[in-house]
Amino acid sequence: MKTIGLIIAVLTGALLIYATADFPAWGDPHSPASLHVSPYYIEKTIEETAVPNIVTSVLADYRGYDTMYETTVIFSAGVACFLLLRTFRRKEPEERLYRHVLTGVTIHAKRGKLPPSGDFERIDTAWTPPDLIIKTMCRLLIPFIQLFALYVIAHGHHSPGGGFQGGVMLGASVILLAISQDLRTAVRRLGEKVDALLCAAGVFIYAGTGALCLLLGLNFLDYSALVRVLPCDPIMARSHGIFIVEIGVGIAVMATMIWIYCNVSSSGEYDEGL
Amino acid sequence: MVWPLDLAILTLVVIVGIGAITVKDLLGAAILFGAYSFMMCLLWSIMGAVDVAFTEASVGAGVSTVFFVAAVFRTSRRTKD
Amino acid sequence: MGDLIQAIVAKYNYWIYITLMMIGLYAMIAKNNLVKKIVGMNIFQTAIILFYVSTGVKRGGTLPIIEHGHGGHSHVIHAADYINPLPHVLMLTAIVVSVATLGVALALAIRIYNRYNTLEEDEILAQIREE
Repeated sequence: MKTIGLIIAVLTGALLIYATADFPAWGDPHSPASLHVSPYYIEKTIEETAVPNIVTSVLADYRGYDTMYETTVIFSAGVACFLLLRTFRRKEPEERLYRHVLTGVTIHAKRGKLPPSGDFERIDTAWTPPDLIIKTMCRLLIPFIQLFALYVIAHGHHSPGGGFQGGVMLGASVILLAISQDLRTAVRRLGEKVDALLCAAGVFIYAGTGALCLLLGLNFLDYSALVRVLPCDPIMARSHGIFIVEIGVGIAVMATMIWIYCNVSSSGEYDEGL
Repeated sequence: MVWPLDLAILTLVVIVGIGAITVKDLLGAAILFGAYSFMMCLLWSIMGAVDVAFTEASVGAGVSTVFFVAAVFRTSRRTKD
Repeated sequence: MGDLIQAIVAKYNYWIYITLMMIGLYAMIAKNNLVKKIVGMNIFQTAIILFYVSTGVKRGGTLPIIEHGHGGHSHVIHAADYINPLPHVLMLTAIVVSVATLGVALALAIRIYNRYNTLEEDEILAQIREE
């Protein structure tokens, strides 16, 4: 198998290198890729959408249909992970493990539940004592990560960034909480049902904005129809429409990253994490 | 475009890529994959593609590496090949 | 000899990107372990994204964010001053789709491990043949 793989890789590589003889030189300003559609986008983006970041305006306005389906792909990947891995146990495990917080004594409670009080905490078989330094530093860092992620989403018009990057950072902040403390702590903060509903709500915001533009009289995802709803001129309406769909994308991506992490790191059982 | 910097980072990317598929410890392969993603992010920043570099830094070097480490934790860590 | 050197200097970047793609392709075909195959798939995907983004580079062009964009419509914008933003847009979608594919691939690998208790492809095939 290895020799077959090596022969295939070398043969394909040789064919591709032979094909690069026809390519334009690297970095050529007159290569055909830069001559047809993209000068229109570069020259017209300020006067049509008032957004200086050309990548954001092309992603969310000129090619907004692709981005809507990309958000749908992200959502369906989260659903696929959930359907593959999630198991709901029919019966309770035979014994639960509780640990007295002050002394560290572990109690196995068979067929009964201890009443919830502050003295005992529930642990799992793969429990390790959380390190105080990591726990405290992550608790101090997570609000700043989330604040920066919200800044990246909101400032995507003028600086590199936008919905995807901010959404991934928001998801990463909750994953940091799950890693530094416990998966149970993260699931208590942001429950599983809320997470799945947020994921669907992100896609709904995106497609709903497009449908709203259709209902208000223009084409699907033509944001200048939003002048009937927002008090501004059509150019600023396109800029605000881009912002609304970026929020939708950010919410969907955040919820999917958390969902996939929770399913993969606990093999679907949601009891122990990493 | 500074060509010595470009060439140096490209050489490092190829070496890290070959390393990520050759090591026998799967956790090492996951971490080397994170390093490979980060080198790619540097390459795109040099080329001027800042949005793509930002996305690859957060997605590739962040969340992808965490998914790999979580999956290696749930399965086995050694491999024979 | 002179224009051979010229041709190499103009195109060596593409050759290195093709080398990266072939490393990923080799790992997907020839490696036995499933996680190594998934790592090879991701190396292949990022190498293709690198190739696409490199077709938009222009010598002397700057980042695709319009300068002085806030107040004035008074500056004339030349398309030759900015690098081509269209491959960047398409590759943003590609990166996000690749992380979604990675999540599903790792979920499948965990299910296979739970069923067969190994991740090596030849042992899995031997166990399937015995059933």
